[in-house]
Amino acid sequence: MKFSDFICKDAIRTQLEADEKESVIRAMGKALVEAGKIRADNFESIVAAILKREELGSTGIGRGVAVPHTKHPAVDKLIGTVAISEEGVDFDSLDGEKVHLLFLLISPPDRPGDHLRALENISRQLRDDTFCRFLKQSNSPEDVWQLLEEGDSRQAVS
Amino acid sequence: MEAGRRGGFSGGKDQTWFRLVVMNTSPITRAVVIVNPNGLHARPAERLARTALDFESRIEIICRHERVDAKSILHLLTLGAVQGTELMIEAQGTDAEQAIEALATLVESGFIEESKPSERAAE
Repeated sequence: MKFSDFICKDAIRTQLEADEKESVIRAMGKALVEAGKIRADNFESIVAAILKREELGSTGIGRGVAVPHTKHPAVDKLIGTVAISEEGVDFDSLDGEKVHLLFLLISPPDRPGDHLRALENISRQLRDDTFCRFLKQSNSPEDVWQLLEEGDSRQAVS
Repeated sequence: MEAGRRGGFSGGKDQTWFRLVVMNTSPITRAVVIVNPNGLHARPAERLARTALDFESRIEIICRHERVDAKSILHLLTLGAVQGTELMIEAQGTDAEQAIEALATLVESGFIEESKPSERAAE
């Protein structure tokens, strides 16, 4: 699975002003509404589901990265977006590091395989230190998208 | 005993020392299978890494010729291990046996996913 298969380009946000977990998740959900990927009347229910999932254990996966996510019937295919926080967000990650790079994922309730493949793709790409650092340093959604596309083409070659 | 002479130990002591080191440093392994329906997604990976961090031993997971650090959620997620995938747990260190036992129990229990339906609903 490639980034371009599930990341919504128009919902990518950089230089996030939000600096705590809930407000960051809300900002990312709002970006998906503005991009037309989720309906405004599903927004609260999706945010609540993502926050409930966080209560079960942080989705901070280390290296300053978090993957907040949920299953929700509001989507019929896996969708996601990316946000960058220069300040960093406290996410209770296992390694104690603040989160600077977030991938938010919403998947249909009946597609656990797609969700797993998206996580696999994200983590494989982010294992590359340079790629991870460049993403965190991105100043605009265009920069993020370009890096993701480069990641996709690298994956296609390897 | 070349080594014994160099280190100034008697041959017998040196051999004992050598055996202890071997016991502590040879890796031990165990094969396990992912049984929970959703596979090794974020929360199971977090539980696995958290459990592995309780041990001093170096612990790695081998899956389809790939080898990753069991103490890193990010590395565990790269495996994309679905239900039915076989993993080899390898631990090396003073608490390797306890580590293998704890991790194998966790994987084989389905990360306790099955026993908590209320949690599964919010995954």
